[in-house]
Amino acid sequence: MSLARRARFDRIIAEAGIVLLSAVLIIWTIVPLYNMVRVSLQEKEDVLASSVFPTSVSLHSFYTALHEGYWLLKNFWGQMGNSLYIGITVAFLTLAIGTLTSFTISRMRIKHGWMLTNAALMTYMIPMSFLAIPFYSIMGKYGLLDNPIALIAVEVTFATPYAIFIFKQYGASIPHELDEAARIDGASPPQIFYRIYLPLMAPALVAIGTYALLLSWNEYLYAFLLLSSDSSITVPVGLGKFLNSDEAPWNYLMAAAIIYALPPMAIYYAFRRKMNSGLTMGGVKG
Amino acid sequence: MAVATTIDKPAVAPVVSRLVGRGALAGADRLWALAFVTPYLAVFIAFVVYPVSYGLWLGSNWASYQQLFADPVYPRAIVNTLIYLLVAVNLKLALALLLSGVFMRKGWWSKLLLLIFILPWAVPGIPSFISIHWMLNSQWGLINNAIWELFQVDGPPWLDNSNLALGSVIYAHIWKWLPFWTVIFLAGRMAIPRELYEAAEVDGASVVGRFVHITFPLLASLYLVCTLLSTIWALGDFNSVRFISGGGPALSTHVLATLGIRNAFELGSPQLGMATVLTALPLLIPLVYLLMRHLKKGEVAL
Repeated sequence: MSLARRARFDRIIAEAGIVLLSAVLIIWTIVPLYNMVRVSLQEKEDVLASSVFPTSVSLHSFYTALHEGYWLLKNFWGQMGNSLYIGITVAFLTLAIGTLTSFTISRMRIKHGWMLTNAALMTYMIPMSFLAIPFYSIMGKYGLLDNPIALIAVEVTFATPYAIFIFKQYGASIPHELDEAARIDGASPPQIFYRIYLPLMAPALVAIGTYALLLSWNEYLYAFLLLSSDSSITVPVGLGKFLNSDEAPWNYLMAAAIIYALPPMAIYYAFRRKMNSGLTMGGVKG
Repeated sequence: MAVATTIDKPAVAPVVSRLVGRGALAGADRLWALAFVTPYLAVFIAFVVYPVSYGLWLGSNWASYQQLFADPVYPRAIVNTLIYLLVAVNLKLALALLLSGVFMRKGWWSKLLLLIFILPWAVPGIPSFISIHWMLNSQWGLINNAIWELFQVDGPPWLDNSNLALGSVIYAHIWKWLPFWTVIFLAGRMAIPRELYEAAEVDGASVVGRFVHITFPLLASLYLVCTLLSTIWALGDFNSVRFISGGGPALSTHVLATLGIRNAFELGSPQLGMATVLTALPLLIPLVYLLMRHLKKGEVAL
């Protein structure tokens, strides 16, 4: 009897612990995000109010951001477009280069495939920010400063190594007999690549495409260095410019930041399972 | 264990293997292979080999190191970098390892909690960091407002004191990246066979005992690889410092990555900037070497 009571007592303690831990985790996670929403819902004059909850809730700053009604938001939609265009191009190029390389390394059994794998591994381990200085100088020499091509090039460079690992690992589950059968039927390498390899790699393509798109959408440092004119910058660079202005239009800044953050969040949650299956294969570069 | 371990391929195998060519590729296939790897090789040479060599050349000027070592900001940046790497990475990974256990619980609640918990990872970094920066403002920030409402005292000047500012940067880093590593360890834990825990339970092992004798030994290798990888990434982390403290107050919270960019672009000396960044190599090279060795052993797939 007392044993049963003891067990019940233990369970209650455990349940209470879980409730407490959950509360701590939720508060920890939500506070910075709540702050973002709180500030975005205030009028410009109330931004400096010392309150925990928004004093007068209004969607005015979202309206302003959507209608580019503030000088720092002048080209907000243009910047969203730049981010999207660069992100999609990066995703497409990463998929193309990554699949071609992994196909050649693991399916065509080229002699020095391991060298390519090692090159990719090395690239993966170079901290991106350390290459920013020479990369900027080189892009200056090529005359590509303030040109989205420069940013696309660097994003593809740093997204491809991870793509190659995942494709190699995922591709290992596709039986070689398929290639061999196609071979006997007289298929050429491009046909095997296009007709057999790519369709079977579809789940990995979705995972890596999403990864490359998000990597590029979230990039700040290189976008900040390589792009400068108002018409070519991406959203994070535009948000960074707010910080350097003397005024404090924090409500506009936060509204624009939320609008910018929503699409990747939607993509993230929609493709979470695919991304997670990519994760269990290894680790995603955040 | 694995489902698709052995598929017997009898008579065809020898014939096919000659056709596919296990050795060197022949004729047209060789050209195709070359054509297929050309894009990657081009990217690698133009955007990795060339910038790396150019960077090393920029950083090969002895005078810029003399200038760097004479700069009082530099030793401070070294100390900050080390503190940042040691505290942020290890605290984050230890928490992630423990928290991943919480999400192993069955039921709708832990699934929902995980969905909320991964928000910082799903939200792009820049908006979050800007929000944290404003939240920590000592006069108008949410945190000090809350402290005032609760206790009627002024909160600390988070970003105007160099120790607190560095602490704030570490907080932002952990907030942003904790979910990612937790999910990695969660995947690691899920790969551990249930039977081990059931057997331990039969033997009367406690929760702590099961963690010490089963979970940790089996995840140790993953944990080490994650520590190395996370340290390398944190070494190159620019955004947390840039947006939370901006290197301030009075340049006291710079790390090597941000100081390098500052020296190269704000002070307009790419050579000085490159020299700053290259002084991280004595730390970076052993980390990369260790990581490569562990990945080669193949215990942990990347």
